[in-house]
Amino acid sequence: MDNVTATARKSRYDAGVMKYKEMGYFDLDYQPKETDILALFRITPQDGVDPEEAAAAVAGESSTATWTVVWTDRLTACEKYRAKCYRVDPVPGQEGQYFAAIAYDLDLFEPGSIVNLSASIIGNVFGFKPLKALRLEDMRLPVAYVKTFDGPATGIVVERERLDKFGRPLLGATVKPKLGLSGRNYGRVVYEALKGGLDFTKDDENINSQPFMHWRDRFLYCMEAVNRAQAMTGEVKGSYLNVSAATMEDMYERAEFAKELGSAIVMIDLVIGYTAIQSMAKWARRNDMILHLHRAGHSTYTRQKSHGVSFRVIAKWMRLAGVDHIHAGTVVGKLEGDPFTTRGYYDVCREMYNPMRLEHGIFFDQDWAGLRRMMPVASGGIHAGQMHQLLDLLGEDCVLQFGGGTIGHPMGIAAGATANRVALEAMVLARNEGRDILAEGPAILHAAARRCTPLAQALEVWKDVTFNYSSTDTPDFVPTLTPA
Amino acid sequence: MHITQGTFSFLPALSDEQITAQAKYCLEKGWSLNIEFTDDPHPRNTYWEMWGTPMFDLKDPAGLMYELAECRKVHAGRAYIRVSAFDATPGWESLRLSFITDRPAEEPGFMLERQERGGRMIAYTTRAYAADRPAGARY
Repeated sequence: MDNVTATARKSRYDAGVMKYKEMGYFDLDYQPKETDILALFRITPQDGVDPEEAAAAVAGESSTATWTVVWTDRLTACEKYRAKCYRVDPVPGQEGQYFAAIAYDLDLFEPGSIVNLSASIIGNVFGFKPLKALRLEDMRLPVAYVKTFDGPATGIVVERERLDKFGRPLLGATVKPKLGLSGRNYGRVVYEALKGGLDFTKDDENINSQPFMHWRDRFLYCMEAVNRAQAMTGEVKGSYLNVSAATMEDMYERAEFAKELGSAIVMIDLVIGYTAIQSMAKWARRNDMILHLHRAGHSTYTRQKSHGVSFRVIAKWMRLAGVDHIHAGTVVGKLEGDPFTTRGYYDVCREMYNPMRLEHGIFFDQDWAGLRRMMPVASGGIHAGQMHQLLDLLGEDCVLQFGGGTIGHPMGIAAGATANRVALEAMVLARNEGRDILAEGPAILHAAARRCTPLAQALEVWKDVTFNYSSTDTPDFVPTLTPA
Repeated sequence: MHITQGTFSFLPALSDEQITAQAKYCLEKGWSLNIEFTDDPHPRNTYWEMWGTPMFDLKDPAGLMYELAECRKVHAGRAYIRVSAFDATPGWESLRLSFITDRPAEEPGFMLERQERGGRMIAYTTRAYAADRPAGARY
């Protein structure tokens, strides 16, 4: 780098230090191959560091380079293995930040391994001193690489067929309070919510096996509730049983028990790690199980725009890894979510081909090569009064999770569930009839509420609840701007 | 008891005008409409009886409404009837909408049978009361 003195040298492989740009990690004429893995980084160089040299260093440190010249490079096809920064652009409106596009040869990566991919792309390089900050914004995963992964065990289409539910978002609720209920009381919440009209209930991310409720108790009572609700409604129901645990052995034990009890779905947390996620995805595939992923922990590295990993990259990795559900934001609820950025995440989950769309934060064309679609889950601070906005923003292939918005209903949990289901069906019916649901949404809800007291009560209780805070993770491009 | 399978089961029974509007929406999407009926309401009963084959070449919702009227002449009040829409687009090749249009006059509901096994395990079986009688004589 600039503050490291380059040694006077005669040729490329003389011992000593040289600029990354001159070591073969920077080539603006490089044409990425169809099989290359591409990554787009946002780099913030330290003061005085040349952005192109910083970008070359990112390419170097995320592939073959070390801080000094090594002659052992010459024992390898080192040209091929060097990642190449092929483009650097200033970030619009962000002084001192640059987008660097880097191409990696496919042979740098082990087939079908998110761990191997992430160890390179977000490994050492994120702590590299000459950078103030570094963010992985997006990746293009070539078809040749996508095909080495199994992808979602179930996928949206098969999940719908298995549940016999079509044409509307699925409805869920996370059991609250998230900690402290006994197994018996927990099952009560599940039963009421499912009987009232929800399709799913859900364990929260930190419900595992605590002193107040051991996991076997929870599973047994939940499945009593699921089966009872199925018999009361004639409809397939499910409850995401969280099998996250300290070791793989524990997780397999819990998942096997869930299967033995007849559960349609199990869940895991993102914090169990990429290897554990891929192991559970393979297990789910072997056992006809829908696999729900709660993205616990992601905001520690996805939320701030200058440093970390964008959630769109995590969503891509998780589609490869093979989960069926992934929390992807609500826009209108209590958690971070810019509408355009969130739209980009939903497209990554659900489309078979994502064209580059800078205004949604999608920097590359991405062909999913037949990999199944992943169901996005909207959860956190949403309620029936927002149904028109939710359906308009998120579409119908998603799970809408109303936790507080079900369990907090003044007339009880089943009434809360019914309010949500009636609001949803009324809105889908109206949308299909060609009505402008964004404009007429409140009127459609109030008309439905005239025949449904629980919905009328829900609309009254939560009428003024909104979470209007500005988002931190927003696109850098607006639709009218032509990208550089 | 009111079974809640299908997209619009929590709403009042759809009028013919409302069914026509949904059919129009599906046809505009390029989906094929299909009518099915059954006297077995079990939630895992996937294969309802088809009223003819799916209407792949249908352009006008009136065609669906005509067939629905014919189906109702035979089965109304004695079976469930549903309309579904099939999307042949690659990556879907499945239903995109499915809703009940007609129900039997009485819906007796389901018995949940529990078979106790070791270790607090229970094996559950959902049984429709209507299925106690032979097919064709259930409603």
